[in-house]
Amino acid sequence: MDEQVPSATGNFLARAWRAIIGADENQLVPQTRLSGPMPWVIAIMIALTVIAAAAGLALSNTAQAAADELSGGITIQIIEASPESRRRQSEAAAQRLRVTPGVINVRVISEEEVNRLIEPWLGTRGVDEEAVPVPALIDARLRDGVTGESLGAVRRTVREVAPSARVDAQSSWLKPVFGAIDSLQWLAVALVALLALATSAAVLLAVRNALEANHETIEVVHLLGGSDAQIARVFQRSIGFDAAAGGAVGLVLGLVVVMFFGQRFGELGAGLVNGGALGLLEWLLLALIPVFGVILAIITARLTVMRTLQRML
Amino acid sequence: MINGTNGEIVQFDNVGLRYGTDREVLSDISFTLHPGRFYFLTGASGAGKSSLLRLLYLAQRPSRGMIRMFGTDAITLPRERLPGLRRRLGVVFQDFRLVAHLSAFDNVALPLRLAGASENDLVKPVADMLEWVGLADRMDARPASLSGGEQQRVAIARAVIGRPDMLVADEPTGNVDLEMAVKLLRLFEALNRLGTTVVVATHDVQLLKKVPDSLIMRLFRGRLSDPTGALRYPPGRPAVRG
Repeated sequence: MDEQVPSATGNFLARAWRAIIGADENQLVPQTRLSGPMPWVIAIMIALTVIAAAAGLALSNTAQAAADELSGGITIQIIEASPESRRRQSEAAAQRLRVTPGVINVRVISEEEVNRLIEPWLGTRGVDEEAVPVPALIDARLRDGVTGESLGAVRRTVREVAPSARVDAQSSWLKPVFGAIDSLQWLAVALVALLALATSAAVLLAVRNALEANHETIEVVHLLGGSDAQIARVFQRSIGFDAAAGGAVGLVLGLVVVMFFGQRFGELGAGLVNGGALGLLEWLLLALIPVFGVILAIITARLTVMRTLQRML
Repeated sequence: MINGTNGEIVQFDNVGLRYGTDREVLSDISFTLHPGRFYFLTGASGAGKSSLLRLLYLAQRPSRGMIRMFGTDAITLPRERLPGLRRRLGVVFQDFRLVAHLSAFDNVALPLRLAGASENDLVKPVADMLEWVGLADRMDARPASLSGGEQQRVAIARAVIGRPDMLVADEPTGNVDLEMAVKLLRLFEALNRLGTTVVVATHDVQLLKKVPDSLIMRLFRGRLSDPTGALRYPPGRPAVRG
């Protein structure tokens, strides 16, 4: 018997929910749910938002993965025309780096590997090393990351034994790429914001039209003692259902597009692109976009109705 | 019920109303209405009856003057308190103004729902009220399928269902036969005996005779005359003539 008696909290929550969705006022104004274009407009907006947000998150992941990979990495180039001197300086530099505190993973890039790297641009060099002198390369990593100070210290140390050495942080090579990714991320954020704005504008216009179409009924409801809040809840309910239906359709459409492009980029097999894969939390965030859309639509509807009704007596 | 200092429920003081920049449709309207009284508002077409009623049921703000209702300044009243004041009024509109998408039952139940009544509490009173106005078998009908007289009866049932402190009716018997008109007047009188102040606008002189204790307000070209003296000298106060 006890289970049939709802608790005070249960009652409160039930009342609050009914108030939010306007369940008690749903008969005041004709419900035009799903019959108008609003659910489809919201579906398109949500689909585009999901795609833009997914692109932004993937770019963020790509940048983070690349930054992690390059964090602490330095490249030493021995730029010396004479092959003999270059080999000597390269060995000396590698030896010095191996005993320098804070430097780990020192690896001399073999000549074959260097040749493979430049082959797309210069072709096969053959045996004529002096015709096109190519620097010797050493790859190393600083345990505590690369700072201006640590890079300067390594540079001084290496130059003591290899005067032709040039020491660079690996991340500096990709600075323009990171800059471009950063810009694209901001573009994605701006797109999401613009789509939210466009959704609000669409809801605002739809609610204004509905208010205009039901002006007569609303006046009667007012004169019979209906409050602005009661009338607003009718529209909140209607637009809430439209937004929920549109949001669900939009989410499915958006996720299909995101998964399709995810698969296509995955097939590229490029390291930088693979780092952009979305995690569970990010998929969850995408799934929550329709919820945000519904909340945005309901708030917009309420503000529009309340503001418009202020002009009526 | 909180009324004015002299027990009045409505007080108009030097009220004027104009629409836009036209001349005033109501000028220098001053009167008080007392609880439990039955008032007729008469006047020729275009005299301003409907405009005065609009002021009375708070559908319109006056261009000038002061209106107090139930002891509250209705002109400066904050917007959020207007519904509370309107719920104390029952209104029968001349054009009925039934909500087209609602059934007769739901139209009559509307004031109760707006006042927060639960579904369980409103079913029987609404059904009884519809039965009383002879529409028990038309509960589910939409206004469009009801005749003019039936719509009027639904409008009256909607106006009185919440037992308002004041009932304002604009030509409430205009679309019904004599038998129903008398029946509706008896309903208004019954409500009046229970303490509801009734204001009926009509141009039907025969109707005035059917409620012997009624007080008459007459509008002529937007100005109010007081043929019975009841407005200037409300019942219970000595009427000074001459």
